[in-house]
Amino acid sequence: MSIDRRKFLTAGAAGAGLALAGCASTPSRPLARVVVIGGGYGGATAAKYLRLWEPRLDVTLVERNEAFVSCPISNLVLAGAEKIENLTVRYDGLRKYGVRVVRDDATAIDYDKRVVRLARGDALPWDRLIVAPGIDFLYDQVPGLGTAEAQSRVLHAWKAGPQTVALRRQLEAMPDGGVFAISIPRSPYRCPPGPYERASVVADYFRKSKPKSKLLVLDANSDIVSKPALFRGVWNERYKGIIEYRPNSELVEFDLKRNIARMQVEDVKADLFNIIPPQRAGMVATDLITVNRQWCGVEYLGFESSKIPGVHVIGDAIAPAPAMPKSGFMANNHAKVAADAVIAKLTGQPVNEDPIIANTCYSFLTTTEAVHVASVHKYDRQQKTLVVVKGSGGLSPGRTELEAQYAYAWARNIWADALG
Amino acid sequence: MKASPRKFIGSMVLAVAALGTAAPQAAAQPSSQPPSERQVRAWAATCAACHNTDGRSIGGFPALAGRNADDTYRALMEFQSGKRPATIMHQHARGYTSDELRRIADWFANVKPAR
Repeated sequence: MSIDRRKFLTAGAAGAGLALAGCASTPSRPLARVVVIGGGYGGATAAKYLRLWEPRLDVTLVERNEAFVSCPISNLVLAGAEKIENLTVRYDGLRKYGVRVVRDDATAIDYDKRVVRLARGDALPWDRLIVAPGIDFLYDQVPGLGTAEAQSRVLHAWKAGPQTVALRRQLEAMPDGGVFAISIPRSPYRCPPGPYERASVVADYFRKSKPKSKLLVLDANSDIVSKPALFRGVWNERYKGIIEYRPNSELVEFDLKRNIARMQVEDVKADLFNIIPPQRAGMVATDLITVNRQWCGVEYLGFESSKIPGVHVIGDAIAPAPAMPKSGFMANNHAKVAADAVIAKLTGQPVNEDPIIANTCYSFLTTTEAVHVASVHKYDRQQKTLVVVKGSGGLSPGRTELEAQYAYAWARNIWADALG
Repeated sequence: MKASPRKFIGSMVLAVAALGTAAPQAAAQPSSQPPSERQVRAWAATCAACHNTDGRSIGGFPALAGRNADDTYRALMEFQSGKRPATIMHQHARGYTSDELRRIADWFANVKPAR
């Protein structure tokens, strides 16, 4: 474990000239500067673990929002069973680890000069960069939703925060007997079970508070993407007569004036739409995109960009390995592999060749009962990717209140792991 | 904060000795060398997504920090075999070889528990 003294001194000398004097716990001559773009599940975890595992690093996290708001659990806000404040965590905890948190917008990355440009502050120089930009929406693929006005009326609520609260208000304002339609893009998108969980818990709200209302699930995919039997089970039983599922329903245009969603085969009218648009890696990562003009290719030993060396990409923005969901749990696990690899590269150690990561996604089927899907992923040297370990993982047999408690326990622990 | 490297190496020696005759689960790509401390630390970090950083759970799931290595290892092996009832841990435990689980259990045993 002890780092070769000479290597350390050499690396330190290289970075020292430009180094900024950071917080009190950062040495005046840091080993190197690492910038992390994005303070979500991936970025926050990466910044913390870089400092936890290598306190000689100068680590700066750039995040545009004042606080972290969790997407997991946020569907319960739509159902009126949770408050957004309870899903909100400030970045103060990271400062205790010596992470410098800069609230700004990372507008561009200069890969030659090795700086991140900010909307307001001075550019941030880096020796290694971790990009965790999450997703942005491909509104150009949904004609009719291109304007700011359209986007403020037809919400995605697929980044937890103001949109979540606004969609809850729209749901409350919808009269009993109204029709609420959720449009799901083609896979891959952020959080595979999320849209179906949303349908389930909003249907639970309708069942209790607006029993004459209907919920249309307009799915661009040919079947439910995640946990299909579990979702179908609760829909056919508890939400019979409320939820109607329409597979192969890809949105091609939205008519804002008449409030009509044009699908390939039909026009759908509803009182309230929630359109989750197709997605891509966050805008700032545009130059790192390699797959389908959407996702950033990486090598899975250290999540280093397959396009630009010295730059790592983690979380929802990456081109996923087989059966790897775009989830907060996965982003948290990517972050640790990437942090370890960044430290290895900066201290002249070999990168670990046997990463093992895992995933667990809890989904609420009612406001008080949940299920999970889990998997373990190991690096396969022949295929050069992470693959699901045979025999690992699986689903819950059915929904329970115990797993709803575990879903909350998971959320609180992973927030502490990433931010506390 | 971190597991002391010396203690860790000590327990690794014990772990290797204890493993002696235990047949490791079929691994896709057996490593020629024992995993480094950094490797084991990274494996254990996966557990932190539910059990919090270094296994210092803030509630709902067991704290792993400072827990007796044999106890943790036994629990993991019983999850793997299905002997111990679980909602999810059997599904995670089956993703690891017994050797990997042993090393992860040893790692957590050397972490100072939460105050």
